[in-house]
Amino acid sequence: MSDAPLPVTRIEPPRGWNPLALGELVEYRELAAFFVWRDIKVRYKQTALGVTWALLQPIATMVVFSVVFGRLAHVPSDGVPYPLFALAGLLPWQLFSSALTASAGSLVSSAGLLTKVYFPRLVVPLAAVMATFVDFLVSLAVLAGLMAYYHAAPGAAVVTLPLFLALALTTALGVGLWFAALNVRYRDVQYVMPFLVQVWLFASPVAYSASMIPSARWRAIYGLNPMAGAIQGFRWALVGGPAPGAIVWPSVAVAVALLVSGVVFFKRFEDSFADVV
Amino acid sequence: MLTSSDAIGVERLGKQYRLGAAAGAFGYGSLRETIVQTAAASWDAVRGAGWRARETPNVWALRDVSFTVAAGDVVGIIGSNGAGKSTLLKILSRITRPSEGRAECRGRVGSLLEVGTGFHPELTGRDNIYLNGAILGMRRAEIRRKFDDIVDFSGVRAFIDTPVKRYSSGMYVRLAFAVAAHLEPEILVVDEVLAVGDAAFQKQCLGKMQDVSREGRTILFVSHNMPAITRLCRRAILLSRGRTVADGPADRVVAQYLSAELGTNAIRDWTDDPAAPGNGWLRLRRVRVVDDAGETAATVDVRRRIGIEITFDVEGCGEPFVPGIALVNDQGSAVFSAMDTNPIWRQPRERGRYASTAWIPGNLLNEGGISVSVALGTFSSGGRMERHAVANDAVAFQVIDPGEGGTARGDYAATWTAPVRPLLQWTLDRPRLDAGAVPTEAVASKLREPN
Repeated sequence: MSDAPLPVTRIEPPRGWNPLALGELVEYRELAAFFVWRDIKVRYKQTALGVTWALLQPIATMVVFSVVFGRLAHVPSDGVPYPLFALAGLLPWQLFSSALTASAGSLVSSAGLLTKVYFPRLVVPLAAVMATFVDFLVSLAVLAGLMAYYHAAPGAAVVTLPLFLALALTTALGVGLWFAALNVRYRDVQYVMPFLVQVWLFASPVAYSASMIPSARWRAIYGLNPMAGAIQGFRWALVGGPAPGAIVWPSVAVAVALLVSGVVFFKRFEDSFADVV
Repeated sequence: MLTSSDAIGVERLGKQYRLGAAAGAFGYGSLRETIVQTAAASWDAVRGAGWRARETPNVWALRDVSFTVAAGDVVGIIGSNGAGKSTLLKILSRITRPSEGRAECRGRVGSLLEVGTGFHPELTGRDNIYLNGAILGMRRAEIRRKFDDIVDFSGVRAFIDTPVKRYSSGMYVRLAFAVAAHLEPEILVVDEVLAVGDAAFQKQCLGKMQDVSREGRTILFVSHNMPAITRLCRRAILLSRGRTVADGPADRVVAQYLSAELGTNAIRDWTDDPAAPGNGWLRLRRVRVVDDAGETAATVDVRRRIGIEITFDVEGCGEPFVPGIALVNDQGSAVFSAMDTNPIWRQPRERGRYASTAWIPGNLLNEGGISVSVALGTFSSGGRMERHAVANDAVAFQVIDPGEGGTARGDYAATWTAPVRPLLQWTLDRPRLDAGAVPTEAVASKLREPN
C-alpha cells in the first residue's frame, strides 16, 4: 500500500436534502460512459435489421403523418414540403420521447446494480438519456437525405440547432428524473409513461406548426410546453419557416425548472432507492 | 473516530426497515395504497386519534453495532439468516444508508456482494470484463492493464469473444469472480462468494482471499462456512437479530455460534430424565464431547485428541455391554464408527454408573461439524449386536484448524474434502532402479521407452 494518506469515507444517516456532489459525478464519468456504450452495443443485438431500425421508425411515422395530416387533413406546414416538415418535427420528438422513456425506466431496470454496488445514482438516468442520442444522430442522416431531395439547404439559423437539442434533452432529463425516482416506489409510472408520451406528442408541434396559433400571447402560453420551443426551433433551424420567437423563452424557463426540481427530487430520495426498488 | 491504524470504525450503527407493503414514504407500494393510507391517517387525525395511530411496524435489521477493524485484519461476520450481516456489509459498501450511528472507512471499499453484478448476457466476455470492472470501480486504464491477468485467472480465454449468455454457469461465475478478484481495494467486503461454484472454483476463491490478506489489505468476510471462517479470520463478530453477540477470536466465536444457534451441543444430559434412552438393562445418562483436559468442548483444535464420554447406569442383570460411537460430518457423510473392543466389556457388569470415553486422536478428522451418535449393545450369538440404548445425533462438535501449521493441511489453504484428514507418516527413499551403475539420465530415457 502506498504511504499517501488514504481518504476516509464517512457513512451517516441521511439528513433529508443531499448536496448535488457534482465532483463525485465527474469522478464516475467513466462509468457513465460504459453504461452508454453498453446500451448502444446491446440495443440492436440479435435483430436482423440492426441499426436500420433507427432509420425505419422515423421514416414510417413520417409517411403516416404525410398521408394523414398532409394529404387528408391538409395541415399547413409553413411553406415547407409536408414530409420534410413532419420529419424535422419527428426527429427531436423521438429523441425526447425515447430519452424520457429510457431515463424513467432506468433505475428500475438497473435494480440489480442499485442493490449491489455503490455509485452516484444520477449516473443511471444520465447515461440512459445520452445513449438515446446515438439513434438520433443516425436518423439525422435520413433528414439530410430528404433535405437533399427537396433541395432544402439550411440557412444561417442552423448554428442554433444544438441549443434546441439541449432544450429537448434538458426537458427529457428533468421529467425523466422525476419519473425514475417515482418509478422506484410506484410502478404505476410504467403505465403512465406511454399515455403521457402519446398525449404530449399531440400537445407538441410535430404534425402541425405552432404558427397555427394566431396570437403571440397564446403562442407564449403554448411555449410553456418546453417541447413546443424545442421542436419549433429545431425545425426552423434546419428547414426554415417562421422563427419560433416568443415560444422559446417560456420553454427554456420550464425546461430549466423541470431539470432543477427533478435533480432535487431525485437527490432527496436517492438514499432509499436500494432499499425500496 | 478512526485511529491511524484502523481501517474501519463503526459506532452504534443501526438500520431500520418498515415492514410490509404498507410502508409510506420509505416503503414499496402502489400509488393507491399510499393514497388510501394517507386518507386513513388524515381521518384518524380528524377523529382526534392522532397521526401516529396507524404507524406501520418497523424492524431493526441492525442495531447498536460498534467495532473497529485494524488495517490488514481479516474479520469474519457470522450469524444465522436475518442476523443483519448483509445489512452491515451493505451499509459499509454505501449501497444503503444507516438509520442511526455512523461508520468510517479508510480507503477504497470493494464489495463482492454478488459476483457478476452488471454482467450483460448479450455482451461478450471481453466487453463484460470492461463493463463489470467499471461498475466495481476500476478505471478503464486499470482494466486494460489487468485484462490478461483477468482472462488467465478465469480460464475462459477461448470464449472471450462469445456473448456470456452462451457460457455455462460455471464459466460465467469464474469470469465474474476473476474481474472482482482483480479489484484492489484497501477494504474488501465479501458476502458468501463460496456458496457458488464447484470445488475447484471455491479453492481459487479462498486462495485469492488469502493472497489479498497477505498483501495487508483489510477483509470483512461473511460466510456460513465455519471452517473457512476459522481458517481465514483471526477474529469474528457474531450477530444475532441485528446486534453484536460476540466479538473475539474466530474459533471461540464460531463455537459460541454453533452451540447457541444451531441447537446442537457438546453435552447431552438425561440424568433425571425417565425417558432417557435405554431399557431394563441399562440407561444412558450423559454424553459429552471432551477435550484433552476433560472439559466439555464444542470446538476442538484439529491437532488435539477428542473424547466422546458416555455415562450410563447398569440397572438389570449383569450382561456384558459394548459402547460404540458413529460419526457423521456436516455433509452427511459417515466418518467412521467404532466400538470398544477391550475384552473387559465381555465380562458381566455390576449394577451402578459407568463412564466410557472413546478417544479420537488428533489429526484424524477433517475440519467441519461432526455429529455423534452413541449406542450400547450386547453381543448375541453369531457375532450380531443387540442394541439396548441408542442416541442418534446425541452431541455435536466442530473441528477447526486455526491455521498455525502442524496439520495434514500443510500450507494448502483451500477446501479440503473427505471425512478424514489424517496426518500420515511419509518416507522418502532414493532407490537405485538398476543394479548396474547406469547414469540417472539413462534410467529416465529407458523408462520412457514403450517396452
